[in-house]
Amino acid sequence: MIEAQQLTKRYGEKTAVDGLDFVVKPGTVTGFLGPNGAGKSTTMRLIIGLDAPTSGTVTVNGRRYSRHRAPLQEVGALLEARSIHPGRSAHNHLKALALTHGIPLRRVDEVIEQAGLSGVAKKRAGAFSLGMGQRLGIAAALLGDPQTVMLDEPVNGLDPEGVRWIRTLLQALAAEGRTVFVSSHLMSEMALVADHLIVVGRGRLLADTTVGDLVRAAGGDTVKVATQDPARLRDVLAGPGVDVTGRIGSEELQVTGLTAREIGLKAAEHGIALFELTARTVSLEDAFMDLTRDAVEYHGSATALETLGSPA
Amino acid sequence: MSTLTATTDTSRAAPARPAYRVTGPRVLRSEWAKLWSLRSTWITLGLGLLFLVAFGLIASARFKSGIGSGRMDRDFARSTAVSLSLFGTNFAQLALGVLGVLITAGEYSTGMIRSTLAAVPRRLPVLWSKALVYGLVVLVVGTLGAFTAFLFGSRIVAGTSAALTFSHPGVLRSLFGAGLYLALVAVIGTALGALLRSVAGGISVLVAALMLVPGLVSLLPSSWQDDISPYLPSNAGQAVFSLTHDATTLSPAAGLLVFLGWTVLALAGAAYRLVRSDV
Repeated sequence: MIEAQQLTKRYGEKTAVDGLDFVVKPGTVTGFLGPNGAGKSTTMRLIIGLDAPTSGTVTVNGRRYSRHRAPLQEVGALLEARSIHPGRSAHNHLKALALTHGIPLRRVDEVIEQAGLSGVAKKRAGAFSLGMGQRLGIAAALLGDPQTVMLDEPVNGLDPEGVRWIRTLLQALAAEGRTVFVSSHLMSEMALVADHLIVVGRGRLLADTTVGDLVRAAGGDTVKVATQDPARLRDVLAGPGVDVTGRIGSEELQVTGLTAREIGLKAAEHGIALFELTARTVSLEDAFMDLTRDAVEYHGSATALETLGSPA
Repeated sequence: MSTLTATTDTSRAAPARPAYRVTGPRVLRSEWAKLWSLRSTWITLGLGLLFLVAFGLIASARFKSGIGSGRMDRDFARSTAVSLSLFGTNFAQLALGVLGVLITAGEYSTGMIRSTLAAVPRRLPVLWSKALVYGLVVLVVGTLGAFTAFLFGSRIVAGTSAALTFSHPGVLRSLFGAGLYLALVAVIGTALGALLRSVAGGISVLVAALMLVPGLVSLLPSSWQDDISPYLPSNAGQAVFSLTHDATTLSPAAGLLVFLGWTVLALAGAAYRLVRSDV
């Protein structure tokens, strides 16, 4: 469980995180989404106390991260930036972290095995590829068998097999009742693993929602119908929760609130000929783009917009 | 039995989770493991030891061969077996101090510090552990090197005006003093690395403090010089392991106190920055 209240971080003039309020609950995978520079990494650094908030608070399992007796057992974090000494082997890196907590060395071997690094555990981490470095970071995050796992852009640099491994791992961790908090700037990636979404843009909270709600808010699932008699079809389909739109004089209608099957059956019942019947799902990607584009425009430089607008 | 089961059931929050905990001794053990798991540690400690012993022997040999020629510079002619054997301290302190800087600043340049501070978010135990672990290692290496250099150096100059043995008053104090001085230089290096968070910056300040500042002070009016000079880190440190002392230098005990003061100052600065600044 991670709870942020009015969390704010400023670096000089720049506000990286701007009054964020959110709760990350256990038992599900929560996606932390936003374009690059939205403040995701900063938020994660604030959570584990690498940076101190300018104002507001963030707690992990009810306490500030640094107040825990065994921080690695509370939160296992993979940060976006590399956090290893290239001269040390993967095994020695994990061992050094384990020693601070009294974590037994067999646990080090376990996470090395789990991350698929057994073959290279004794090699200098500096010689690791991006993907292997990422796996080492994840091994370190799992080391303390933490209640909360927090990963910043975990699929960066991973090959397809690695990406699938991460997905399975995240879902398994959530199924064990852990809190899983994963950031990404790729909605498509999040859509596959996350149940809950926290979307940020320019340091502000844009949405705290579920995957389904986000799609619904962005226009939901619509069905495109082309018919000989659009006016009659409108009347036939009308009902509570059903919304039919279409341009006058056009054969095409956009229907929400009914499935393609229901529309087809109703049309047949009333003898209306249909030329086309297409279910269109709004992609999460589109929903995400809409959300963040609005944020960018809203916060965007007003002078730039004026300059663009003035010749018109 | 049944009550026992019931109580375990109610504490569902932690089902058989091992009770890990960060403690001071564990952070020490971690820093000990980190120190020895890097190749640079072995190389630089080896270099430090080599400088200490080799330059001591070279200086002793130069003295021995120059003694008959009568072309020796007057200061050099007044050397003792201790000053000749410990000639390498100047070079060893650089290698050992630089390793101290690397131990802390190296964590920042590589990003390791994020892993370190995520494991120990209270932060200060990391600084104390690094300083203590590395300081003790250098104390052992430096003392060993000083004794080795004197053991062979004193044999080389045996029978000359510089000849001294272990039993001569002040010799043991000087040799232990050299080990202690190097250990404190190591701690200062560690502190500077943590304070400046930059390998280049840390090394520059270390070299400036130990080697350049005395030269700059000599540009001051001589009355000021006499007041300031003995208290500079290098000169106060020198007093700890010099066999002979005069009016312009501090006594070994006073020198040690002043040099400890500098060490504490550097550590305090490092601690302040570590606690106050984002990583």
